Amino acid sequence: MAIEVRGVSKRFGDFVALEDVSITVADGALTALLGPSGSGKSTLLRIIAGLETPDSGEVVIDEQDVTASPARNRGVGFVFQHYAPFKHMTVHDNVAFGLSVRKRPKEEIRGRVEELLALVRLDGLAGRYPSQLSGGQLQRMALARALAVQPRVLLLDEPFGALDAQVRAELREWLRKLHEEIHVTTIFVTHDQEEAMEVAEQIVVMNKGRIEQAGAPRELYESPANEFVMSFIGPVNRLGDAFVRPHDIQILAEDDGTGTEALVERVVHLGFEVRVELKLPDGREIWAQVTREEAQQLELSQGQILSVRLPAPRVFAS
Amino acid sequence: MSSNPAGVVGFSPASSGRQLGRGPASEAAARAKSARRRQLGFRAIALGYLALLLLAPVAMIFYRTFEHGLSPVWNAVSAPNAQHAFWLSIEIVAIAVPLNTIFGIGMALLLERGRFWGKSALGLLIDLPFAISPVVVGLSLVLVYGKTGWLGDWLAEQGIQVIFSVPGMVIATAVVSLPFVVRETMPVLRELGTDAEQAAETLGASAWQAFWRVTLPGIRWGVVYGVVLTTARALGEFGAVSIVSGRIEGQTQTLPLYVQDRFENFDITGAYTAAVVLALLALATLLAMNLLTRRAHRGTAI
Repeated sequence: MAIEVRGVSKRFGDFVALEDVSITVADGALTALLGPSGSGKSTLLRIIAGLETPDSGEVVIDEQDVTASPARNRGVGFVFQHYAPFKHMTVHDNVAFGLSVRKRPKEEIRGRVEELLALVRLDGLAGRYPSQLSGGQLQRMALARALAVQPRVLLLDEPFGALDAQVRAELREWLRKLHEEIHVTTIFVTHDQEEAMEVAEQIVVMNKGRIEQAGAPRELYESPANEFVMSFIGPVNRLGDAFVRPHDIQILAEDDGTGTEALVERVVHLGFEVRVELKLPDGREIWAQVTREEAQQLELSQGQILSVRLPAPRVFAS
Repeated sequence: MSSNPAGVVGFSPASSGRQLGRGPASEAAARAKSARRRQLGFRAIALGYLALLLLAPVAMIFYRTFEHGLSPVWNAVSAPNAQHAFWLSIEIVAIAVPLNTIFGIGMALLLERGRFWGKSALGLLIDLPFAISPVVVGLSLVLVYGKTGWLGDWLAEQGIQVIFSVPGMVIATAVVSLPFVVRETMPVLRELGTDAEQAAETLGASAWQAFWRVTLPGIRWGVVYGVVLTTARALGEFGAVSIVSGRIEGQTQTLPLYVQDRFENFDITGAYTAAVVLALLALATLLAMNLLTRRAHRGTAI
């Protein structure tokens, strides 16, 4: 179901959490709310869920104004950052909760829970308690619990924030596949631009309670609307008011007179990618990204003086 | 700490200067030994303190009660006034404790979750029964509910007698044991947080369903502990009840009042026997809690 947020503002005391925020999420889309902490992304998610009331503005789900309706009537599935498990219930009872408060017949509940546990690959763990599960398993249980009531919209608050790097990468991949399978409109909050780029079809970049830019990951990377988006998404060199992507800097094999002199301060091998830290004659420091092969061909080494070609830098009107 | 001697080692900065020449192994052994000695010392002090203040007096009561065999004890227990006092105590506890449990959970929710003006003042007020002497509580109840009291005329018109009867004793007991459930529930409620409740809400639960299915099970061990303390306090209450009851034999005499009465009338066996019954009731309450918590840990449902 499509979600629309229109002109929403929210204050907590003197702190402005959201200021006149509007977004549109298409039916079935997978969207990331991306921004640093304090940017208002979690508040926006909670307002969509009905866990927080906006000071002004509207929330529309499936062409229906839900601004005044409580969370339980909105048909949203919400996955909390720390999973919010019901610790006194087994995994089965956790997942069954939404169905059992709706007084569904026992048989139906059992069948549905089994189906969901298989979907999130927790079959066989139905009788365990949350304290006996790992972080990744808790995450998947929380997801199954949210999906049990067949929500119109799935909302996830920092879904991978509390997991270690490897489990995180696995779950990301898995979430994307799951979304392809069940196609429920999904919004997730993250502060990790890589995560947003990898999982989402659409990214909404937020900062200080406002939306900086919304669009497909590639669009944001290639044509950022402003300084904030440019520096928040993807690596960047800052030269005064101008910005240059590290992979746009060309290191020349021979000085043909078109380049600028630069001193190699450090060469860092990161596998396929090599990071070359350079110092320009005027003392400014930048870094360039080259492939392993390029680095070999150029025979890069520390202390070397070579010639680089800088692309036309991007300048944003402030 | 008793199972972790290493934790105690920190108390003594090892005087390495004097121990030069000794191997690190023997040095560690010596340190462990002195730590163990120190620990035994601490334990002896703690046990001695408990023995003098608690174990010896209670043991003496048991000893004195059964000194002359079982038949005087049996006679004392089956005395009509003793029986009446026992059942009256049970009755008062059975009314006051549930009242304080419901009130206590509600108040804990209000103080922990609510945002309103005068919250800290209310929190202070809740603790007042701890600070005020029970005798003062009793007297103030007489001033409100007594014959010449503030509500006295109105109550008399309705034909309700509060002071010198069971309602007044229940009120007095409830007042002095008021803070326990509130104070034991509040920290558990804080630790539980609101995430699980909000999760229940997004899953379609009403506020009432969320409370019964998520909040209450989440705080139940805090509540149980509060109930146990309330029960123990209510059973033993003397001062406030003594004033509002009028201490009428066979009518408004609870077990603690009965103990005092027997003692003053030189019926030592009667006094000791009733005291032992009180002690056993308290012990049963503590045991019940212990069993409940142990089951909870085994069920990993905490």
